Amino acid sequence: MSDGILQGVKDKALPVLAVVALIILGWYALSVALNWAQVSERLVKDGGAPGVADIVKGTWSMERPVLPSPDQVAVEFAKTTFGVKVTAKKSLVYHATVTASATLVSFALGALLGILLAIGIVHVQTLDRSLMPWVIASQTVPILAIAPMIIVVLGNIGITGLVPKSIISMYLCFFPVTIGMVKGLRSPDPMELDLMRSYNASQAQVFWKLRLPASVPFLFASLKVAVAISLTGAIVGELPTGASAGLGARLLSGSYYGQTVQIWSALFMAAILGATLVYGIGGIERLVLGRAGQSASARS
Amino acid sequence: MSAFDVVIDVRNLGLTFETPDAPVHALQDINLNIRHGEFVTFIGPSGCGKTTLMRIIADLEQPTSGVVTVNGVSPREARLKRAYGYIFQAAALYPWRNIQKNVELPHEIMGVSKAERAEKALRYLDLVGLKGFEKKFPFQLSGGMQQRASIARALSFDPDLLLMDEPFGALDEITRDRMNEELLRIWAKTKKTVIFVTHSIDEAVLLSTRIVIMSARPGRIIDVIDSNLPVERNLETRESPAAQELAHRIRLGLKAGHSYDEVK
Ligand SMILES: Nc1ncnc2c1ncn2[C@@H]1O[C@H](COP(=O)(O)OP(=O)(O)OP(=O)(O)O)[C@@H](O)[C@H]1O
Ligand SMILES: [Mg+2]
Repeated sequence: MSDGILQGVKDKALPVLAVVALIILGWYALSVALNWAQVSERLVKDGGAPGVADIVKGTWSMERPVLPSPDQVAVEFAKTTFGVKVTAKKSLVYHATVTASATLVSFALGALLGILLAIGIVHVQTLDRSLMPWVIASQTVPILAIAPMIIVVLGNIGITGLVPKSIISMYLCFFPVTIGMVKGLRSPDPMELDLMRSYNASQAQVFWKLRLPASVPFLFASLKVAVAISLTGAIVGELPTGASAGLGARLLSGSYYGQTVQIWSALFMAAILGATLVYGIGGIERLVLGRAGQSASARS
Repeated sequence: MSAFDVVIDVRNLGLTFETPDAPVHALQDINLNIRHGEFVTFIGPSGCGKTTLMRIIADLEQPTSGVVTVNGVSPREARLKRAYGYIFQAAALYPWRNIQKNVELPHEIMGVSKAERAEKALRYLDLVGLKGFEKKFPFQLSGGMQQRASIARALSFDPDLLLMDEPFGALDEITRDRMNEELLRIWAKTKKTVIFVTHSIDEAVLLSTRIVIMSARPGRIIDVIDSNLPVERNLETRESPAAQELAHRIRLGLKAGHSYDEVK
């Protein structure tokens, strides 16, 4: 029994580890290639004829490398995550918390807006025709064009911080929820609908007992996309604000001062945050669907 | 026979589906009267409009010509009064509900109390031989078991009129026999009116008081045979000379329908 589990871990972990090792090796190689010119130039300037080994070592320990080496990023990440108080301005945990709260607020609002729009679109025919084109058009406008406007307009009336960021991010993340929910609410087949009709069920009953449960697998699929998008949105929203807190701010100040090590560790933190959020939704999905989920997902 | 005895009255009914390529004449010149307590079977080749006729009676489809009344009112009014239980050609169970909750669905919609609908669900699941499967989900049951659950669902709210579209098509011979017996028993006891679609001549002979033979393109009634079998029946009834004779007549009728089709 435990042998089987060990075997399973081995079977799954080995390929993953192999890929990770390959990526890290490739990364080291890439940072040698990208930093080579700078390092060799500097060593030559300092006088002397540097050997290959010296240059390679140099490319992995620059202060402002073009591409920092994995260990540099790991050290910076560990230092700013575990090495400082979580309330400190230097703490990555602090910045991640700021971004995460904007993400969660905008995700909640975006999901709600997306669901309400979908319910309207499915039940009111005129909304289907009048609203849907706008929903789609809204996504063709690049967020980078709109974000500064939202921030300026809201800033003018004295609203800054969490709210404008969340609005920008909500603008991005309601879309997949609307699309997924419209599909989900329309997923019952004609026979399932006819059954309700034969019982003379009201529209509300059809919604609660048929359309909504049928849409749950679709909802969770789109929520996973939406939460990842709202994280991106929150980070993008931090860029034009010149915000002093948040992972976006960290990226921005990193690029101002050429602190690539800082940029990369902020990126890793964003990736970890994103993965955590998506897995969190997956966990809730399993709880909600339970055993019935197997069949519900089997058919969709 | 008083007018109140007539449960279903179909006059000059026609239905043409407008499809992109050519109109499909699903039904034409259908005239039919079904009285209370009758067991009427529709039999005919695939695509001759049996399901469509049933769906019109159930107000799930609108005829393009003719008049239908159910219990003296329009099919729509009858549906609003929940006059019938419809058993679809497929089980149509909701995959996120367990079997018991599926059977409870009509009761939930009709506002029956929790205790009462649980009691009904368990009773009717037992009746169709699904005791012990109440908490299973549809995907954990075989196709035949799912169909039996859908039969339990339709029977459980005790409608006076049962519309059954090939309910036993997915079952093996033995289970089918059992379900046939069970249906005969329920019908004899409750005096429900049943409209039943089948492709099996044996089944039609065993169950029906009247057999409606249909032909395809356009779907129409080519013969209506009154059964002269005794009301008290069991599986052995099928072997009696009278039953054999009836089966023979149905077979001839179906053949005529097919040749009619070819001549056209
Ligand atoms: N919604 C629809 N649109 C267009 N044509 C349809 C529609 N529903 C049924 N038809 C056509 O009407 C005809 C009758 O169909 P119906 O389902 O009533 O046949 P049936 O007798 O029940 O067949 P089977 O024994 O295979 O179930 C068929 O030719 C079918 O193609
Ligand atoms: Mg049919």
